[in-house]
Amino acid sequence: MTDATAPLPSSSHRAGSSSLMEYDAGTRRRNNAERRFRAYGLAAVAFGMFFLAVLAVSIIRSGTPAFTRTVVQVDFAMTQQQFDEAEKSLLKTKVYSGLFISALTAELQERGLDSTFDEAAIERLLGKVGGTIREYYKANPAKLGEPVSFSLATSSRVDGYLNGRVKRDTLQDSRFLMASDLDLVDRLEEAGIIHAEFNWPFLTGGDSGVDNPGGAGIGVSVVGSFFMMLVVLVLSLPIGVAASIYLEEFAPQNWFTDLIEINISNLAAVPSIVFGILGLAVFIQFMHLPQSAPLVGGLVLTLMTLPTIIISTRASLKSVPPSIRDAALGVGASKMQAVFHHVLPLAMPGILTGTIIGLAQALGETAPLLLIGMVGFVARGYPGGFLEGFVEPNSAMPAQIYTWAARADAAFYDKAWGGIIVLLLFLLTMNIVAIILRRRFERRW
Amino acid sequence: MSLAKITASALAIAAVSASAAAARDNIQIAGSSTVLPYASIVAEAFGENTDFPTPVVESGGSSAGLKRFCEGVGENTIDIANASRAIRDKEIQACADAGVTDIIEVRIGYDGIVFASQQSGPAFDAFVPSDIFNAIGAKVLKDGEIVDNSYNTWSEFNGDLPDAEIAMFIPGTKHGTREVFEDKVLLQGCEDTGAMQAMIDGGMSEDDAEDACLDVRTDGKSVDIDGDYTETLARIDANPNGIGVFGLAFFENNQDKLKVATMSGIAPSTETIASGEYPVSRPLFFYVKKAHIGVIPGLKEYAQFFVADELAGPSGPLANYGLVSDPELSATQEKVADEKTMGESM
Repeated sequence: MTDATAPLPSSSHRAGSSSLMEYDAGTRRRNNAERRFRAYGLAAVAFGMFFLAVLAVSIIRSGTPAFTRTVVQVDFAMTQQQFDEAEKSLLKTKVYSGLFISALTAELQERGLDSTFDEAAIERLLGKVGGTIREYYKANPAKLGEPVSFSLATSSRVDGYLNGRVKRDTLQDSRFLMASDLDLVDRLEEAGIIHAEFNWPFLTGGDSGVDNPGGAGIGVSVVGSFFMMLVVLVLSLPIGVAASIYLEEFAPQNWFTDLIEINISNLAAVPSIVFGILGLAVFIQFMHLPQSAPLVGGLVLTLMTLPTIIISTRASLKSVPPSIRDAALGVGASKMQAVFHHVLPLAMPGILTGTIIGLAQALGETAPLLLIGMVGFVARGYPGGFLEGFVEPNSAMPAQIYTWAARADAAFYDKAWGGIIVLLLFLLTMNIVAIILRRRFERRW
Repeated sequence: MSLAKITASALAIAAVSASAAAARDNIQIAGSSTVLPYASIVAEAFGENTDFPTPVVESGGSSAGLKRFCEGVGENTIDIANASRAIRDKEIQACADAGVTDIIEVRIGYDGIVFASQQSGPAFDAFVPSDIFNAIGAKVLKDGEIVDNSYNTWSEFNGDLPDAEIAMFIPGTKHGTREVFEDKVLLQGCEDTGAMQAMIDGGMSEDDAEDACLDVRTDGKSVDIDGDYTETLARIDANPNGIGVFGLAFFENNQDKLKVATMSGIAPSTETIASGEYPVSRPLFFYVKKAHIGVIPGLKEYAQFFVADELAGPSGPLANYGLVSDPELSATQEKVADEKTMGESM
């Protein structure tokens, strides 16, 4: 650019020394500048790709342990009498796990494993098994008295030992795991009693107590996130699109609409925690909606998503050429017909993109959920039905990941990474749906 | 217009779900992040072992929890506040002003506060309160005079400690842990080093001197951690000289990464904390809104379940996770069974 405006050397000199086939100093400089600029661009892309690769590798490497689990697989039988007795106690699950531990210890001693152990050692190896056993017998009372093959989660430390997180040389003897227990684990693995399998409970289950990493799952919070996204979609898309169509196509240009416009732009930049406080004050304290409910989470996130959708919708409405409107109006369409039959369909791909970006942003949001009770220990299980899904306490994926990352047992850290993988897959699915929809709506003119 | 239809159905769904929400059937709990692990263990077991739904337990710190607890009575307020310190008179007053007059205080056990550093870092294995005070107090006694703290390494004031730079990660002020840290360590250290006496001699009133003792230096040698212990652990992981303040249970769960220091010659353990030998421990509580008993299903059952011998007793899952069980648990059980509020139990 500077070359174009720079005073040219005297024309006689120029005519004598340069031809179009030869590069003079100025051309070379411009060509070099372009080459440098390309290199910068390429470097920037490579830089981005490098970090993306690092991120992807570290997520996958840290997250994969969450998708496998170590189980103890044995036959176990329980009599009707034992069942009745266990049901009478206060902490029933403990009685069940006690019975299971005794049975397992007896069986292993009978098998004559090449290792010394007692019930306490077996107890350290097992996760919280009582809940699973009780649930099974409550659902299948007919199975009482006959041997049933159970696959029960081992403790998080045994799991960590088998996938390399817990190392023999750094292990400190504690009531959670002794170094001598590791020999027993090795023997059991050789005997095929302990083995690894795909961790279905992680994909289907809900949150578990801090002493039970083996029982933790992301499934329930996926459902929570799904219901929240449903609320966000159903509310913010129509409201956002209606608002932008009015502002863009019908509203008069005056100070009042200018004011609205400025406010919407500002709203898009408001930190999300502010919406959380608003949600707590308006939806829970004033409107008495339930706490920890995806409905309230969805409403709060709707407020957060609306400006994004309005801004992107207005931009895509603006990008429809005025000739389309003029032509429609020219053949006698009303203003509304022109907008809904001609402008809106053409703007649809842009609107969808904006909506998906808004939804994706809302999906990853934790801060506003902090104040409405969706972050913490929410282990209610799956909602009873479709409508209950909106109001029964539930968590959301990012909230669940945050909760796990804060727990003392390192096994939950793996779960958090696993949760991130599931969250990314969810996002990827949403984006693919958006791309497919956009392709279908896309029209050229 | 299909747009109108979508909007109408959205509103209809919202309306239906709002009316379905009329009655809350689960217990809503918030408060201390130190009590949260125990509460989550109990909540999970409560859901598994009874016909009541699993309670929702939120974190956020003792003060934040008690503040929400004191917002009033009704379904849109929480039923139980977890706290790692006793409720303050000011908070009881705030509660009373909002109509929360009958509060049942439940002590669930004790928690030890330990000082731990990286497994492979310098040998920080014995502290007394005055070491900690000298390391992070804002003003310390040096050569008989009260001066701004200028110590850089631990060995400058105690030759037995490593010649390593001071880097302490202490709980932030919103944590209940901070209070016990101040009372049992900083104040104690301030008295032991003679700094407090020197301040009083220098013309301060006793209250002012106590406040001055609790000031920590702000030059970056002491860092307030407002998050959870995992954040402290991450800081320690990154700094070989770092000393962190943890709960006993958290330390026990991460023994392969952390080594613990003795305090005044006593190693922290469930036994030394239960016997009171280990000096830095504090009781853990939860507070129940009596007005909600009978309205929120399972509330009293949850409180009773929490303090039952099978859970909070010495061989229960809470003790196994790191809670030091209360020797006077049976008194607490009676109190919960009789729904004795704070005024009555005095």
